[in-house]
Amino acid sequence: MSADAHANHGHATHGHDDHAHGHDDGRDHGSYKSYLTGFILSVILTVIPFWLVMTGAIENKNWTIAIIVAFAVVQIVVHMIYFLHMNTTSDGGWTMMAFIFTLIVVVIALAGSLWVMYHLNVNMMPVHDMRNMP
Amino acid sequence: MSASTQTMNGEAPVFYVADEHDHPPGQSTLLGFWLYLMSDCLIFAMLFATFGVLGTSYAAGPGPKDLFDLKLVALNTAMLLFSSITYGFAMLAMMKGKVGSTQMWLAITGLFGLAFLGIELYEFHHMIHEGAGWWRSAFLSSFFALVGTHGLHVTFGIIWLVVLMVQVAKFGLIEANQRRLMCLSMFWHFLDVVWIGVFTFVYLMGVVR
Repeated sequence: MSADAHANHGHATHGHDDHAHGHDDGRDHGSYKSYLTGFILSVILTVIPFWLVMTGAIENKNWTIAIIVAFAVVQIVVHMIYFLHMNTTSDGGWTMMAFIFTLIVVVIALAGSLWVMYHLNVNMMPVHDMRNMP
Repeated sequence: MSASTQTMNGEAPVFYVADEHDHPPGQSTLLGFWLYLMSDCLIFAMLFATFGVLGTSYAAGPGPKDLFDLKLVALNTAMLLFSSITYGFAMLAMMKGKVGSTQMWLAITGLFGLAFLGIELYEFHHMIHEGAGWWRSAFLSSFFALVGTHGLHVTFGIIWLVVLMVQVAKFGLIEANQRRLMCLSMFWHFLDVVWIGVFTFVYLMGVVR
């Protein structure tokens, strides 16, 4: 069935008009509504963290950092869905598979680097009085 | 197709296609380009990790609070976000087969991209002029490596955009050009995603700390 669909796709959709509707690969090309939704969400998700940092609305620095990171994560998801049109069906799910794999590698690399290098920094602090060393 | 052939039991036999089915040219280009973007994502992840580790090593030099102007960064962010939505409109015009409107939105996208680059180069020039270049500290080295790589991507994106505009002007919205525009669309939106990471982790977090 899939073979037939692809064969038809290759021959029948050279025409100019039916091309836009001729995709059967699960790709989503978006609409005015989806692009505008993504844009408005992105503006909101950008303005709030900038406002938080520029006005110093929250006294606690750790809370500010946690909130702006949360906004960044949400905005990345918004871009993925509304601008990059990610879904679980395009190209038989392989785009999603590649993305999840990349995400795992990125998380390991980032978390690993920060964790290891932080501890290296803490433990390599200059020791002034060498006599106390074991 | 199996109307005339029957097995011993009188049931229609089931045929399996042994040959590879038809692959129209460019059918898997978009998946391939997505895989390239994912590997590009790894490059940026490494640069982010480098910045995460070295971002507080100022070597008694200037820090983020002395160097970053958040108003400028906000303007830059707006430019890139506008260029993302205008590229989206170009794609929608392309889907409808409107050459003129596609070209117009592509041109607007390119101008927003150039504005972004101009503001970024102004910022770099300003920092280098104050002696805060990449040689000053590990923080500035990793900053220029990360933000510079992103800027370089935007530069090549603009060059690609101009090339595609010439292609569309010459050959129209043929299937190959549509495919190329879709690849650039992914590339452009991907750069905007990376920029979210840059303005959050480099600029905003740098100023908060």
